[in-house]
Amino acid sequence: MAFQKPLLRTEDLKVYFYGRDKISRAVDGVSYHIHAGETVCLVGESGCGKTVSALAALGLIPSPPGKIVGGRILFKGTDILSLDEDAMQKIRGNQISMVFQEPLTSLNPVFTIGDQIGEAIRTHETISQDALDKRCVQLLRDMGIPSPEQRLHDYPHQLSGGQRQRVMIAMALACNPDLMIADEPTTALDVTVQAQILNLLKSVQEKASMAVLYITHDLGVVSGIADRVYVMYAGLIVEEGNTRQVFGNAVHPYTMGLLASLPDRKKRGKRLHNIPGTVPNPAYKPDGCPFHPRCSHAVESCKTVEPEMIPLEEGHRCRCPVLAKKP
Amino acid sequence: MAETLTKNHEILEGPQAPRQSRFVQQFRLFKENRLAVVGLVIFLAFFITAVAGVVLTSGQDPVFNPSLVRLQEKLQPPLSLPNLETLKAHEVPTLGIYLLGTDDLGRDVFARMLQGAWVSLTVGFVAVGIAVIVGIFLGGLAGYYGQEGICYDQILDFLLLLSGIIFFILKWHKLGFGLFTAGIFMMILSFRARRVKQNRFMPGWLHKSAFSFDTLIMRMVDIMLCFPSFFLILTVVALLPASIYNIMIVIGLTSWMGTTRFVRAEFLSLREQDFVSAAKALGLGNFRIIFRHMMPNAVAPVLVSATIGIATAILTEAGLSFLGFGVPPPYATWGNILSDGKRFIFDAPWLTFVPGIAILIVVLCFNLFGEGLKDALNPKLRQE
Amino acid sequence: MFSFIGRSIVQKTITLFFVSVVSFLIIHLAPGEPSQIDPMNPKFTPEMVERFRTQFHLDKPLYVQYVYFYRDLFTGKIVSWKDNQSVLAKIWERFLNSLPLFIVGTLLTWTLSFPVGIRSAIYRGGVYDRSATFFSYLLISIPGFFFAYILIILVVTAFHVPVIGMETYGMGNAPWPNLFMDRIWHLLIPSALGATAGIAVLSRYVRSQMLEVEGQDYVRTAKAKGLPPDQVHYKHALRNALLPFVTMFGLILPGLIGGSVIIESIFSWPGMGRMAYEAILARDYPIILTVNFLSAVLVLAGTFLSDLLYLVVDPRIRL
Repeated sequence: MAFQKPLLRTEDLKVYFYGRDKISRAVDGVSYHIHAGETVCLVGESGCGKTVSALAALGLIPSPPGKIVGGRILFKGTDILSLDEDAMQKIRGNQISMVFQEPLTSLNPVFTIGDQIGEAIRTHETISQDALDKRCVQLLRDMGIPSPEQRLHDYPHQLSGGQRQRVMIAMALACNPDLMIADEPTTALDVTVQAQILNLLKSVQEKASMAVLYITHDLGVVSGIADRVYVMYAGLIVEEGNTRQVFGNAVHPYTMGLLASLPDRKKRGKRLHNIPGTVPNPAYKPDGCPFHPRCSHAVESCKTVEPEMIPLEEGHRCRCPVLAKKP
Repeated sequence: MAETLTKNHEILEGPQAPRQSRFVQQFRLFKENRLAVVGLVIFLAFFITAVAGVVLTSGQDPVFNPSLVRLQEKLQPPLSLPNLETLKAHEVPTLGIYLLGTDDLGRDVFARMLQGAWVSLTVGFVAVGIAVIVGIFLGGLAGYYGQEGICYDQILDFLLLLSGIIFFILKWHKLGFGLFTAGIFMMILSFRARRVKQNRFMPGWLHKSAFSFDTLIMRMVDIMLCFPSFFLILTVVALLPASIYNIMIVIGLTSWMGTTRFVRAEFLSLREQDFVSAAKALGLGNFRIIFRHMMPNAVAPVLVSATIGIATAILTEAGLSFLGFGVPPPYATWGNILSDGKRFIFDAPWLTFVPGIAILIVVLCFNLFGEGLKDALNPKLRQE
Repeated sequence: MFSFIGRSIVQKTITLFFVSVVSFLIIHLAPGEPSQIDPMNPKFTPEMVERFRTQFHLDKPLYVQYVYFYRDLFTGKIVSWKDNQSVLAKIWERFLNSLPLFIVGTLLTWTLSFPVGIRSAIYRGGVYDRSATFFSYLLISIPGFFFAYILIILVVTAFHVPVIGMETYGMGNAPWPNLFMDRIWHLLIPSALGATAGIAVLSRYVRSQMLEVEGQDYVRTAKAKGLPPDQVHYKHALRNALLPFVTMFGLILPGLIGGSVIIESIFSWPGMGRMAYEAILARDYPIILTVNFLSAVLVLAGTFLSDLLYLVVDPRIRL
């Protein structure tokens, strides 16, 4: 796998939001890649830039105020930042699709779900109405929605939250994309429904052999589905590696903090760990390592020197010079 | 390793966004909107002009005399010099020049505009003041006490008292007095019936709630909205004796519905919020909760609509003047200067254009200022 | 559904009743008397005044007058005090005169404000948006009759066409294209004037609705599906932004009877507004009250219609 060309690769991506008198560096030099068929997780607290770095791959950064100021995004070898709007439209939904966080507000309330799924297909393919209906029904059935023929004529408000998210996933799968970006698809759902949706995503991925970029703040979800993990903090990737490396052998203090704050059977009865402080405002990031004000390992140089990614072992890299040196 | 992390319980905050008070943020947002700032500046200039106007044009021997008739100097164009030979000493304009010309009676348009500025401003402010007070009062009542029901016996009391008063006014003194006393008697009865558990005075259905307070006030709003507003103002102003106060009151009393509606909406949503529950839990009185805790939050949209309402009131006064129902002659208003000027539109266009453009600019400024205020007070825009 | 219709009809009828009472009281309790029965009026002898008073039931108590008035109104027998003609017939005649103004004005308002508002929202902050914003404020702020005079001067000096009145007097045997153009000119200027404020307000409202909707998640979903921008804006966003405007369709109705007093006065247009104005001047109570009552009926019918329309277009509302 390592020698294969990645499906999507971002290099030193920078997305800034220009406010009235300040610049929010939401994504500040992020490089990640996804191979075909792989599941990659982007993990981090809210506001660390994970959604923005994924939206950039679809060219959906709200502009103004957002702007991609640097870096490249290579999809199948072509830099999609250099593509014009027409070419981008052919990629969106067709080759890269996206599932959003809030199924309630992400579906248009005035169109039936049949309309909305069918629209995704019709935009990219020429298809007869009969075939289109059949395909929509099949998609809904694959998503495990009961009596899909009737549901096709329902409006989004007539469905439950979990069903709406299934419709969103059906819409994202409609054109058999090579890559699906799932932006916290289970956050707004009940815990029991969360598990169903996760299983659905997993089975769908195996069947369709597509790549999934899964964005979440929930490390518990990550261990179940991810091949590789990127941990983001304040617009930077602070640690990357495969799931075993990140979960079993975390090096960056932020990753360790996240892992320590996970509830676990072994920690029963003990007080859960929490990371002191909050994520810095992207417009007022501290100098040096952005994590140093919250880090117990911080040394004097952390306050001034911006750390680089340091390779540890095959595929495992981290952005902490202090802990990386220790064996 | 995790232990080393947990040892450090000190909470270290990174540099955060500098804290700013709400007012500073709002002012910054307002400054962003250049049109709104222009609006504010011109509004202040207008205000100063109006105050200067009332000082300079009133009294026994005003600096600028707006009502001095010089028939020999009528319809002089702006910036023309007075003919000193035909004028007596006190008739010469103060500035030695007719800055904005003269009208068909030779009165100095500049002096009249100065006087009119004050009248237009007063009409706008008083009318909107009345509308806002009525609107906040009724809207606040409907929003805060909205769910309280009005019982049948209370309606009965009210009807008895009201019909008593009406008949009294209609000079049916005996019947009116009888109904009025019956009403008061009823009221005492129903008060007692409420105190006493086992009441023998009244059947139970009288204590059932007929409709809520909210319904009552909102139906009043609906009724008022059924009248075409300019037509209603015109009717009432035409039927009442012509006076500047009647115009202010009528404009005010026909434009409170919008304020009522959104004060109510604002209160309904504020009522459900935690800080109001907290205030109630602390045992604060209703009065204090309404005026100290809820009103400051509801005041922003009222302020915006008041600003725009003043603009509308000035336009309405101008429209009434045009139809001949405006502020009566001893006062000059921009509206009646404009409508007097329409007869000479081809001979003396300045009589139309000077007040017309003045009204346009002032109303435009109020609108722009109100719109800028709306953006500045919008919490959604304040973030970021 | 039916219970909703029933309930709102009952509610609107009650409101209408109160409107009729309030307007009746305003008119009758205001100081002063109609000129026909004014004892100071030199044209009438005391006997005539007395006769008029009995004829108009003015000698009866107020509530009897109220019953008489609305009985006459509903049976269509109501007559003007000034010339004893049927009020409903008079209103109908004036209504037909005002109708073309109303239709052209409404068409102008609705066809112009939507493109302007939508374009402003899509290119927010651009030159187009900012100039549209400024012009709409300008149009809201200009006193109507002042603007009318400016327009009249412009049109008369630039095109040399007369615009006052409904048609040019004495063009009886001119060729029909000239007649036709004459009518168009006479119609267009007052309708455009009546529409300006509406265009300004409505286009601002369209813009803010559109902006609100463009920020919604489902618009992002539509973009993520790879839809072309036109489809995103005009199908997904516009369809949602239009919902509140459907209700405004109902609110056009009252405009049918209001007419504009000021514009009809300036252009000597013998429409509803002018009739109402003259009735107010002459204190012709039956006409004032009838116009008021009809317009209240139209307001209530309009709100009822918009509620129904909302039911039809918004799938989320089901009763």
